[in-house]
Parts: sequence; structure tokens; C-alpha cells
Amino acid sequence: MGKLFSAKNKEVFSAPISMNNPVTVQVLGICSALAVTSKLEPAIVMGLSVTIITAFSNVVISLIRKTIPNRIRIIVQLVVVAALVTIVSEFLKAFAYDVSVQLSVYVGLIITNCILMGRLEAFAMANGPWESCLDGIGNGLGYAKILVIVAFIRELLGSGTLLGYNILNYDAVKEAGYVNNGLMLMPPMALIIVACIIWYQRAKHKELQEND
Amino acid sequence: MNALRKYLDRIKPNFEEGGKYHAFRSVFDGFETFLFVPNTTSKTGTHIHDAIDSKRIMSFVVIALMPALLFGMYNVGYQHFHATGAEGGFWEMFLYGFLAVLPKIIVSYVVGLGIEFVVAQWKKEEIQEGFLVSGMLIPMIVPVDCPLWMLAVAVAFSVIFAKEVFGGTGMNIFNPALVTRAFLFFAYPASMSGDAVWVSGESIFGLGGDKFIDGFSGATPLGVAKVAECPAFSWDMVTGLMPGSIGETSVIAIAIGAAILLWSGVASWKTMLSVFVGGALMGMVFNAWGPDTAIARMPWYEHLCLGGFCFGAVFMATDPVTSSRTENGKFVYGFLIGAMAIIIRVLNPGYPEGMMLAILLMNIFAPLIDYVVVENNISRRAKRAVSNN
Repeated sequence: MGKLFSAKNKEVFSAPISMNNPVTVQVLGICSALAVTSKLEPAIVMGLSVTIITAFSNVVISLIRKTIPNRIRIIVQLVVVAALVTIVSEFLKAFAYDVSVQLSVYVGLIITNCILMGRLEAFAMANGPWESCLDGIGNGLGYAKILVIVAFIRELLGSGTLLGYNILNYDAVKEAGYVNNGLMLMPPMALIIVACIIWYQRAKHKELQEND
Repeated sequence: MNALRKYLDRIKPNFEEGGKYHAFRSVFDGFETFLFVPNTTSKTGTHIHDAIDSKRIMSFVVIALMPALLFGMYNVGYQHFHATGAEGGFWEMFLYGFLAVLPKIIVSYVVGLGIEFVVAQWKKEEIQEGFLVSGMLIPMIVPVDCPLWMLAVAVAFSVIFAKEVFGGTGMNIFNPALVTRAFLFFAYPASMSGDAVWVSGESIFGLGGDKFIDGFSGATPLGVAKVAECPAFSWDMVTGLMPGSIGETSVIAIAIGAAILLWSGVASWKTMLSVFVGGALMGMVFNAWGPDTAIARMPWYEHLCLGGFCFGAVFMATDPVTSSRTENGKFVYGFLIGAMAIIIRVLNPGYPEGMMLAILLMNIFAPLIDYVVVENNISRRAKRAVSNN
């Protein structure tokens, strides 16, 4: 067990969640972060889906990494990812149909998510299955974390609800003059919130700032 | 003036490094340079020395805004008294409008300047004077019924995200006043558009009536043209006695402001003129070949009088920071703003006004226009140099 959770493996797992976050530091996967974060529920489902797909595709590619011919490795990776995306998509349709409708094409578009291909190319092709699995889960959770923060702010301020439960839409609140902010439901605001998270993180951790 | 200077000199040490009010250094510095032109001058490079600095330029713009603001206050009262059927003379109408508009001006300045003070203090810079104008523009481009807390949120958003993150005054890509309005427009559409927000229906300190008379519609002429039919031209469209955002209605008051801006050289006549030319031409194009809707059939001169067209052309498009800086580029920039404003008005299905979005859109393209103009100039001169040799 000691080897499985060595300091290096812990680093592989935890770095993408905080200091090497795929969204805020590497600025990958922004498109879906804008598209699915207007409500909290689809954002959580999307984050989990990406986590599962990244973890499994990392493991699969890592297992066959020595037999993949270098020239066609991208195609092989795509086939693995596509198969997993299809499984997750069908699973969602079967057991969480409403969310699957809300996510619409974005589940299918996980295949083009830069985080996935990035992890496969950069990590799974060069590391063993266990490290790759940790790396995949870490990156997926790092992505999910940002999605959930953004969706929390957007749903609370934009619709006045959280996970569909009413938080702010009471008559007393309305009489006080409060109105939900419609801009929060539009994609530009997701970008601004992601930018604020990046701003906060870089202000707090000076080592993330580029020298200019 | 001397007494004031002496007083400032006397309290100045308190604000310097180690003084007891050091935390308010930027506030003091801002007031001092606002009241007195600073004595420091550039030591290197070639500079033109002039009595005008950016604080003085901003003051000119604020002075130019005064006619439109004062008329806007009167018009707020005028619309209110007519809509509620209350009796009142000129001064009562003006006082009502003054009391309705003043809180917006205060909120706009307190929030905006507050953020500027904090940022200046934090970055150890001088307070930048840009908000002097934005803070006055913002209350003039919102409807009279816009709630104050929405205004405060929008001003904070705009000062932080449209201005300070780009580096403060002079570095912003978008006009902060228009970003404020755009934020309000998209975030709280029910309070920023439609027929119910342009005329205030509540009495203030017992002034005016508190209920609209039966059959009253607070729709702006553009709003009417969008959903029903094009209103006939009337002189109210020029004098400004019609519903609309606080400062935008009167062509005459804005023309006085334009004269002040042009006389003082703060705004460029090229931008201003080409906005009107662009709008007029586009209006004529729609009159001749446009779709069969009321707003497309609206005569071009009505397009120019109504809505925020004049206000945007005079005070927003000419903003020296966000407009094109090359002289030829100003013609292109202005023309496209005018044309785009009419296109958005006529062709979009949702809202009747297009000036705000047209100017914001062209703000993005201003650097591109400048780049093309400069590159053109370089290649033309290069060709000339070759042919002369």
C-alpha cells in the first residue's frame, strides 16, 4: 500500500485539483465550463462524467501504451474516449434522462474536451495504469470543482435556486426589491466568474503568476 | 484661492508617508490636483505644454453634459406630472425631476469613485479622473425608475471589469458608462426596457401625483414604432418632451453640449459628424429597401432624433479613450456606429434601441481600424519613397 500512495502519487492526484488545475491554470475545457454551468445539477453530472471518462480512458490507454503505434496513437485514443463517452451518454439517458436533456450535445462533446486528450497525450502515454488512474481522477475532479463553483454562483444569483430548490424566490425578497440577475444565466458571465477564480488563485499563489 | 492653497499645504504632511492620514493619501492627492493644476512637468522627451490636463478635459465634458442633465431633470418631472394628471408649474416639475435624479448621481459617484479610491490606494497610484465623466454619464442613460441598488451593482461591475482590470483610466477597451448600461440591460431587462420604466409614477416628498391616469402609456416613441406604427414627427422629439432615458431625450440640450465639446476641442467633429451621416444614410436605405415594418419605414431624421442616437453620437462615440485615434479612422468608426445603430434598431426582433450595442461593438473594432489606417499610411509612403528614387 505504501507504494500505491507514495508522495509522488499523492502529488499526481492532488496537483490538478488545486495548483495545476486544468481549468484555471492550464485554461483547458473552458467551452463546456461556459455551456453547462447555468444550473448546478448538470454541472455536477458533467463534472462526474468527465472524471469517470478521464480516469477510465487514462487507464485503458496506459495499459496499451506500449503497443500503440506512434503514428496512429491519436486515433486509438479517440476510439477509446468515444467508446467511453457513448457508454456514459447512454447511461445518463437511461438513469438521468432530464439531466441528459439539459446537457444535450455537451455529453457527446466530452470527446473533444481538451483536458481528456491533454491527459492522454501528456500523462497516460508515459506512465503506468495506477498513476494514470489517479491523474485522471484528479484532473476530472479539478475540472468538476471549477464547474461546481461557477454553477453555484450562476444558479444562486441568476435563478435564485440551488439544485432546483428555491433559495431566493420568496415574496418577501421580491418586495424588498431584489431581482434575479439575468446576465448570470448568459455564457459571458461564466467566463467572468472563471476569470475571477483565476484572478483569486493567482493573487494568492504568487508562483502561478507569469513574469512579464 | 490663496487661502485654500495655504490650507492644503498646511494639511499636506498628514497624508505623506508616515503621516497620520496616510491611508487617505490618494483621496487628498485627487482633490489637490482637481482644485489646482499640478506644478510637476515631464522631464524627458518632447512634450507640448498646455494648461489643459486630463482633469480639466473631464471638467469640460461634465460642463457640456449640464444642459442635457438639467433638461432631463425637468423632463422627468414634466412626464410625471402629465402621466399622473397632477398640477404643477415649471419649478415643481424641475424639483421633482431633481429629487428623482439626484440619488442616481450620488449612487453612481459614491460607488464608482469609492472603487477608484480603493484601487488607487492599493496600487499606490494617483486617483484617476476618468470616473468624473462616467459617473455623470451613467445616471443620464438609465430610465428614471431604475432601482438604486441595481445601479450600484452595475457601476461596481463596470468600474472593476470594464476599467480597472484593463489598467484604469485611458486603458479601457469599452466605454465604462455603456458597460454599466449593458449590464443593467441584460441582467435586469424588466427594469431597463419595455413601456413601464420611462416615466416615474410615484410622488416624492408629496410632490406630484402617485397614480397614472387611465389610459396612460409610458412607451417611448421608438418602443411604439417597434410594436405598432411609426409616430408622426413632432417638435417634442427635438425639444425632448417625451419619455426616455433621463439625459437622452432633448436634441437641443445635447446640441448645446456638442457645441461646448467642439469649441473646447475635447471631442472630435469627425466622429460626431460621421455618426450622424452613417445613421442618416442607413435610415434612408431602410426607407427605400427595408423590410415592411413600422420602424424600417421611420423617416431617417426621426431615427436621428429619437432614442439615444444624439446622446451616443455626442458623448459616447467621441470618448477619446475608446474611439479610433487616427484622424481617418474616426470617419470609419463614426460611420459604422451610426449605420450599425440603425441596423440593430430595425432588424433585431427584441429591443427598440441599438445605439448602446453599436458603440460597444465598434469599441472592439476601433484598434483594428487604427491598425489598418496606420498600415495603409506606411505602405503608401513606402511606395512613394520607392517611386521617388
